[in-house]
Amino acid sequence: MAFDYAPYMRMSKLPHLWCPGCGIGIVVKSLIRAIDRLGWSKDDIAVVSGIGCTSRAPGYLDMNTLHTTHGRAISFATGIKLVRPDKHVIVIAGDGDMVAIGGNHFIHACRRNIDITCIINNNNIYGMTGGQYSPTTPHGAKAATAPWGNMEPCFDLTKLAMGAGATYVARGQVGNGVQLERLIRDGLDHHGFAVIEALSNCHTQFGRRNKLPDPMQLIKHIQDKTVPKSKAEKMDSAELAGKFVVGELFRDTDRPEFCDEYAKLQQRAQAASKKKTAVPVA
Amino acid sequence: MAKAVFWTGNEVCAEAAIAAGCRFFAGYPITPSSEIAAVMAQRLPEESGTFIQMEDEIAAMGAIIGASLAGVKSMTATSGPGFSLKQENIGFACMVEAPCVVVNVQRGGPSTGLPTHPGQSDLMQTRWGTHGDHTTIALAPAYLRELYLEMIRAFNLSEKFRVPVIVLIDEILGHMSECFEAPTPNEYTVINRVKPTCPPEKYNPYEVQDGELVPTMASYFEGYRFHATGLNHDKTGFPTTHPIVCHQDEVRQLAKVSHNRAEIDSWEEVMVEDAEILVVSFGSTARGAHSAVLEMRKQGVRAGLFRPITVWPFPDEEVRRLARKTKAIVVAEMNLGQMILEVERAAHSDIKIVGCQKVGGVPVEPYEIVAKIREVA
Amino acid sequence: MSNRFEVRLSAVGGQGVILAGDLLAHAAYEEGKFSVQSPTYTAQVRGGPTKIDVIIDTEKILYPRTTAIDFFLSLAQRSFDAFAVGLKPDCTILVDPNLVHDCKGRANVFRIPIIELTRTKLGRMVYTSVVALGAMVELTGVVKHETIRKVVEEHAPPGTETQNLKALDVGFAAAAAVKAEVSR
Repeated sequence: MAFDYAPYMRMSKLPHLWCPGCGIGIVVKSLIRAIDRLGWSKDDIAVVSGIGCTSRAPGYLDMNTLHTTHGRAISFATGIKLVRPDKHVIVIAGDGDMVAIGGNHFIHACRRNIDITCIINNNNIYGMTGGQYSPTTPHGAKAATAPWGNMEPCFDLTKLAMGAGATYVARGQVGNGVQLERLIRDGLDHHGFAVIEALSNCHTQFGRRNKLPDPMQLIKHIQDKTVPKSKAEKMDSAELAGKFVVGELFRDTDRPEFCDEYAKLQQRAQAASKKKTAVPVA
Repeated sequence: MAKAVFWTGNEVCAEAAIAAGCRFFAGYPITPSSEIAAVMAQRLPEESGTFIQMEDEIAAMGAIIGASLAGVKSMTATSGPGFSLKQENIGFACMVEAPCVVVNVQRGGPSTGLPTHPGQSDLMQTRWGTHGDHTTIALAPAYLRELYLEMIRAFNLSEKFRVPVIVLIDEILGHMSECFEAPTPNEYTVINRVKPTCPPEKYNPYEVQDGELVPTMASYFEGYRFHATGLNHDKTGFPTTHPIVCHQDEVRQLAKVSHNRAEIDSWEEVMVEDAEILVVSFGSTARGAHSAVLEMRKQGVRAGLFRPITVWPFPDEEVRRLARKTKAIVVAEMNLGQMILEVERAAHSDIKIVGCQKVGGVPVEPYEIVAKIREVA
Repeated sequence: MSNRFEVRLSAVGGQGVILAGDLLAHAAYEEGKFSVQSPTYTAQVRGGPTKIDVIIDTEKILYPRTTAIDFFLSLAQRSFDAFAVGLKPDCTILVDPNLVHDCKGRANVFRIPIIELTRTKLGRMVYTSVVALGAMVELTGVVKHETIRKVVEEHAPPGTETQNLKALDVGFAAAAAVKAEVSR
């Protein structure tokens, strides 16, 4: 029987604003299935986003949802998580939103290892604003602001996350929803800052400018560039050049989680302040 | 029992916030407001609250809005460039109607300016800093005991009207200490946001009943599962571009403040009823202005002081009333002419209105105000 | 009727005089007076000359910064040079003569070797500011001996009350002696 997404969605808000064939739908559906597998209550989940196509996702999800300012989703999510550490907080964002304007918040959330799950729909472009190049636009690719080809080098989001201290890092792709769902589920289940990059297609803004205007064509193009982790382990660096390794790339369950550590700090502070005798000032 | 305290203004901000029920603070180090964060870092965990030093000013503002939506009274504190950086998210707080308090300990100068010296040059930025039409409540106390009570009032107004409230002090007040009896809880009330009582399926986060202006506010994780966005939205909280809906919602947001002036406005008047020369001044500068007025009275000049405590919205009507009775107005402020613009607008009169203005990181001294009063007397 | 009394305590490094300013303000409050205190605040003062201003009045203090200083303490030439401004013509000045050599021709200067007294009579330099505070109270009478004793005793870290009170007494006595010398 086909999976029923409706119980998790605000059906009255459909149709959505994404282009037909957009990869974001696959990411959102994978997220919903992952939540369903975990059996979480919608009341216990906050989904926070910034600005951009991907950031419209929370509006369609029947949960506690927040559509914030450009790049800032993680800071709002941090405030929510810190005052309700018992709840589930998910950030969903695009590549430009998360690692250009939001890059500072991203690396510091990784460093803190706060128990938030961060899903990045990486379609290598600013879609909503009209196809400008992002920090993940491949070198040489064309964009509205790179008519002569992108001359900038790009980020590897998973390496950025690992380097900054995220304790669960995975990469999936919209061409493999089953795997993406599993990676998101494991990220949600992970106690710490989890980053799941979903390689995704924006055929409208990226594809049209790079001879890949059809969604299936672009998804296939992405698939061709990916290598499963198990296979990548047997490949040398020359073979891996230009490839994207997909799968769970990193997991550390030993590093302390931020909210747990803050709870301990509160206990210490409260024990110490009880001992402190109040000294009248005058 | 009343407890005598000898706190700096920055310590007062922190302690009063806790008394008002603030249990979340996110900040970023910046002179001269940093001590507020330091006290919160010490005190909040003792009170089962949470302190976090964020990676930048923008994140601190975002975090307090997130915590507020999750149901916890929240605050940040900043100065100078930090206040500029917070503007976008202050606008977001206005738009999603998230109660929160921002303390701005003003320093001197534009840009990096004079980090360790006072100024009052953020007055207009406080009102107009974030883009788009929006409302602002800003409180500018002048004494530390008053600061304590105004901090509590800031939280109360933000909770009641679902707006960010800015407490505008400066380096002088932030770093000076003043001995006073800490207000006891029977001297003030603590107001909390009104929560919805309807079942979740009937809840619209921005719906107001007839004659009301402030919607009830659910918190996340209470079963209401609402959506909040910085986009213009309708009563359901979801984006709309419907011109009439957008217009009406923006008008309602402004009306939350403009229709509740009696509760929001606050000022002090010193010998204004027979004053021929009216001095208008706020915050720390008003203390020197008060001295100057007393000195003039001693010399037989009928001077008076009007000190707005709520600086935004500006107390237009009171200034207009007083302007009708005086010969001239002196506006003393630590900037190059900001409140004077409001006084001129509010007075709406041909009487002489002159500024006693100074920047450079040193306060306007009483003798300077005395000289200015003499000039127009 | 305003009885405004303005005090400026200055030194190098600073921590000590800030504590003395605090204690003085508390003592004034204890006597039913109003007091405000403003430190110098610049990122550049670390290790450099620093000061604290305390204003005491029988009425509510309006202007919170100094206008005409009644008492000035300096424990270093550099702090004397930097902060001996805004003093009343008859301002009472207290300096440590081993550290402040040039008082720029000012009148009404009392010279007490505060650092040396602290070293010989108390053994630990942390009491320097309390010795200075005792001398200041004796010279100005701005608060009563018993009030400052009570405040110092209350604020002293547990176990140091006796030494702190002794430091005050050393200051009282030294100031009484120089006063007597001047009046002779």
